[in-house]
Amino acid sequence: MKKILIVGATSTIANACARLWASDGSEFFLVARGEQKLQQTCADLRARGARVAVPYIMDASDSALYPDMLKQCLETLHTVDICLIAYGTLPDQSACEQDVELAMAEFANNASTVIALLTLVANQMAAQRSGTLAVISSVAGDRGRPSNYVYGSAKAAVSSFCEGLRARLFKSGVHVITIKPGFVDTPMTQGLALPAFLVAQPEAVARRIVAGIERKVAVLYVPRFWSWIMFLIRALPQPLFKRLNL
Amino acid sequence: MVVTVSIPLTSWGRYPAELQAAHPCAWRNDLDDQMLRVTDEHGSTLPFGNGRSYGDSCLAESDHVLHLRPLNRFIEANWQTGEICAEAGVTLGEVLELSVPRGWFLQVTPGTRHVTLGGAVANDVHGKNHHCRGTFAHSVLRFGLHRSGQSPMVCSPTENPQWFAATLGGLGLTGVISWVSIRLRRIQSSRIDTTRVRFGRLSEFFALSTELDASHEYSVAWIDCLAMGAALGRGVITVGDHSEHGVLETPPGRVMNIPARPPISLVNRFMVGIFNRCYWHLQPAGRKNRTVAYSPFFYPLDSIEHWNRIYGRKGFQQFQCVIPQSVAEDALAQLLNVIAHSAMGSFLAVLKRCGDIASPGLLSFPMPGTSLALDFPQNRALSDTLLPRLDAIVHEAGGRLYPAKDAHMSARDFQRAYPAWEQLEAMRDPVLMSHFWQRVTR
Repeated sequence: MKKILIVGATSTIANACARLWASDGSEFFLVARGEQKLQQTCADLRARGARVAVPYIMDASDSALYPDMLKQCLETLHTVDICLIAYGTLPDQSACEQDVELAMAEFANNASTVIALLTLVANQMAAQRSGTLAVISSVAGDRGRPSNYVYGSAKAAVSSFCEGLRARLFKSGVHVITIKPGFVDTPMTQGLALPAFLVAQPEAVARRIVAGIERKVAVLYVPRFWSWIMFLIRALPQPLFKRLNL
Repeated sequence: MVVTVSIPLTSWGRYPAELQAAHPCAWRNDLDDQMLRVTDEHGSTLPFGNGRSYGDSCLAESDHVLHLRPLNRFIEANWQTGEICAEAGVTLGEVLELSVPRGWFLQVTPGTRHVTLGGAVANDVHGKNHHCRGTFAHSVLRFGLHRSGQSPMVCSPTENPQWFAATLGGLGLTGVISWVSIRLRRIQSSRIDTTRVRFGRLSEFFALSTELDASHEYSVAWIDCLAMGAALGRGVITVGDHSEHGVLETPPGRVMNIPARPPISLVNRFMVGIFNRCYWHLQPAGRKNRTVAYSPFFYPLDSIEHWNRIYGRKGFQQFQCVIPQSVAEDALAQLLNVIAHSAMGSFLAVLKRCGDIASPGLLSFPMPGTSLALDFPQNRALSDTLLPRLDAIVHEAGGRLYPAKDAHMSARDFQRAYPAWEQLEAMRDPVLMSHFWQRVTR
């Protein structure tokens, strides 16, 4: 039984993780933008065994709303054992190249707001001297690829931020796990032309994430084979990398 | 190989091999828009659950299906009354995972737990307890039905009863089922007390099933479809009941996986001959009592993930018929004789006595009588020679075939066996159409 805060609770990956935690009778404070979807998610988790599942409607792109949300969360759960940050958007790269506003908004959505949220929750966990911050970053953050570098650079910022935060909070007994999924069969990747064998099912991804959180892994590639793919991609020298249209 | 993320779907038998483009639907509120969008773009569609229908009843005429498996949330679970309400894409296995530890079980379950609630309603599935509990319909309290251009309906025996009846066994054609509410039954233990008895010929099966069905909730028989002459119709009958004592536990997940599809079927005369002979002879001659977990009892094949792949690239067809009781023994002897001489059958041949509890479903398959189900690797001889001969025997006996398993029955046989088909056609949502329905209503 754990006390769990999820921001982006209606995302496919977060939802699959929550179902696994629900079977142990965990308590949830679930944050998302869409009210109906969030209500349906809460009802599902309660039926699956969650002792508590409280919905909280919030648009995560507005970081001014975070302190109230966290206050409400603590009134409900009192402490937070796991905070899973799972919201994000996949920007249209070519549109971002032509539109500064759009590029900045996408960067904020995927990076700045996550940093704001992490800062707040980290201080709470440091005060309670326990807890795990689980952040969904991406394999895309490992290298700035021409096809996807707005998203990639935002995720790179999140990954680096997490690395620093992990070292800072280590002494307080708080753990930070950076989760780097590859392609997962979710609405985010729908309609992308992808090789079928690279696309993982959310349930399998969630099992690995929940186990990784349990084992206090620092950086978790999901599925595991992405650590090898990204090892090779990181090893590509610049003269070659810039000529490949990855 | 580059495909879109939504991997194309097929039916369980992979015959006919019409790949279905999946349009996933993950939220109840998006269902109407999604349905409208797909039918605008592709003319018509069909709801698709977890792809456990064997033939073409789950394939959309447009080859663009509304994929409802992602619609898999529970809505409410009342563990005092055993009433469960869940979205249509929740599988029976997912229901059991929650309900068994709390002392509840499905009233009726088919031979796989991987079917969705929506699929169980649309095919009005039945199980090993048909002789005393009837079909899945009897556990359905109500469901939500979305028809194009209408607001969603709630259907139950008292609300919109005509739509309730048409949708049970309605093959997904009357509308899209969005959620289903069912009533579970109490169990004291998750284990099953079973008794196995070997029988040497078909007439012994009828004697045994008459004797045992009366005193046991679950009853099913495996038969050696290659045995001929005096041994025609030999097999093993297994009966069972929920144990009164013991633990309540969910079984471990899958045990084995068939990782790839071989180019040709691994099921052939040679393999089946050896397997069937060994299996029958290894059964003790006397009655054997055992208590087993519920999963190997109800779902033996679920322990082999992707078992349909053993039939190779061409896939397979299942032939399942039910023959009225008065002529069952005769007709089944003829069927088994033809099958044994063709030497085309497989290990999986099942006999089951159906009871006389009528389903409210317009197009429900079971009738009082005996049902025979078996799988055949797909090949030309099957389609051209064997199936027409079997169909003729079923027709003669006044029996019928099971649409959920079918990929071949003629329009003539279908229309004679399911006289209510015209009623269903009149109630069909005009934007929903399957390959099956097109084939049998022409």
